[in-house]
Amino acid sequence: MSDSPGFNKDSIQNVIVIALVVCLFCAIVVAGSAVALKERRIENKALDKSKNVLIAAGLFEEGVTRVDDINTLFARFEPRIVDLRTKQLLTPTEVEAVEQELEISFTDYDQRKAAKDPALSSALNDLEDIASINRREHFSMIYLLRSESGIDRIVLPVHGYGLWSTLYGFLALEADGNTVSGITFYEHTETAGLGGEVDNPAWKAKWPGKQIYASNGGVAMRVIKGAVDPNAAEAIHQVDGLSGATLTSKGVDHLSAYGVGDEGDGPLLGSLSG
Amino acid sequence: MSNVKEILLNPIFNNNPIGLQILGICSALAVTTQMSVAAVMCIALTVVCAFSNFFISLIRARIPSSIRIIVQMTIIASLVIVVDQILGAVAYDISKQLTVFVGLIITNCIVMGRAEAFAMQNPPGLSFLDGLGNGLGYSAVLMSVAAIREFFGSGSLFGIQVMPLVTEGGWYTPMGLMLLAPSAFFIIGLLIWALRAWKKDQVEAPEYQIGQHTAMSHS
Repeated sequence: MSDSPGFNKDSIQNVIVIALVVCLFCAIVVAGSAVALKERRIENKALDKSKNVLIAAGLFEEGVTRVDDINTLFARFEPRIVDLRTKQLLTPTEVEAVEQELEISFTDYDQRKAAKDPALSSALNDLEDIASINRREHFSMIYLLRSESGIDRIVLPVHGYGLWSTLYGFLALEADGNTVSGITFYEHTETAGLGGEVDNPAWKAKWPGKQIYASNGGVAMRVIKGAVDPNAAEAIHQVDGLSGATLTSKGVDHLSAYGVGDEGDGPLLGSLSG
Repeated sequence: MSNVKEILLNPIFNNNPIGLQILGICSALAVTTQMSVAAVMCIALTVVCAFSNFFISLIRARIPSSIRIIVQMTIIASLVIVVDQILGAVAYDISKQLTVFVGLIITNCIVMGRAEAFAMQNPPGLSFLDGLGNGLGYSAVLMSVAAIREFFGSGSLFGIQVMPLVTEGGWYTPMGLMLLAPSAFFIIGLLIWALRAWKKDQVEAPEYQIGQHTAMSHS
């Protein structure tokens, strides 16, 4: 076509035609792929979250647990909504009331988005904001694993600032609401090999069995600098820091303390285990 | 036939986009701490580069020169979004580690550079091969850098432990520097040096000669 006499590719008409055609074509391709793949992306995201809840609770084994198993195992968990303002575990009726009042649905509740939404969160003051997250969402989704004898595991969402950005993860506790059964992070951008070692199974294995609260009820759980002295009186509350990643270790220290502290899900744990 | 081979293979050693043209350095620094992540990035860039060259070449005779850059960008950006969506659907874990850098392929100078320098003047088939070749040239450098960084930084290759780490009861103390971005600068610098020592014609002529000592001329 371009060879036909009289065709001028630099004419105003051609500029408009090409711009429109290219935009239209590209828009169709992009929109088409987005729509066609949307379901799988959402599925992957949900699966990733379920997987991390399982990892925190110690039910996931790398290379052993298949996709179907993740869904079956995850189905044993009961998601519950906590109102972080009143420190209450909401009953299903209360959850419905909240859903209607705020026009949200907790089935696809995105806690991270909620923490940025002024209608669903409030600002933290400097004293409260130990994990450097600026705002606290009103509602937190926790996961309870039940067995015949009652609650078996409690999985709490945790997040806080590390070195480069916010780490998001889950902290799982035993039925007593005091003993850690696992921790995992599903999103962070810490330096691979240094702060990125928060993903190292060997380091994560140092968490289970640690006690969060001191006898006076305060949060005693710490990530300390260097290795824990096993003979120290506080060893039961302490986890080794990551070498070469002081700021990431501090971040994890702060975010776990926040997650189980007064501003997080802490006040609730007593009532669950009691 | 030799022409086709030249277009495909030249960018790997003779006219390497990173080694000779010094393009696309930023992603070469960012995604080379692990080989598996770097490999996915290479595939993504090669696919985008090949197809953007192909589509741009297909309509090159009709692209008005006044809006050619924006037309190229639109096509490249669309391809990158599609690649990003596909990664999110089929390789979620890796796309989680990559996602911002996949987006940055849009601004990767290799893709734009080949579109402007090659695809605007050559037929679609050859342009596709040129994109493929440049993608492979980029991949060759990225994978070498990633191999060195992962081997010395984490003692592993493709996530498989080669040298047992001290932290896991082995003997190898990882080189922390290898996991930080500056190490990629050093490695790329050394690679370019090695490449130019091997292929002397790639050495650029100095832009100016330092003159004689001229302090005396003031008197």
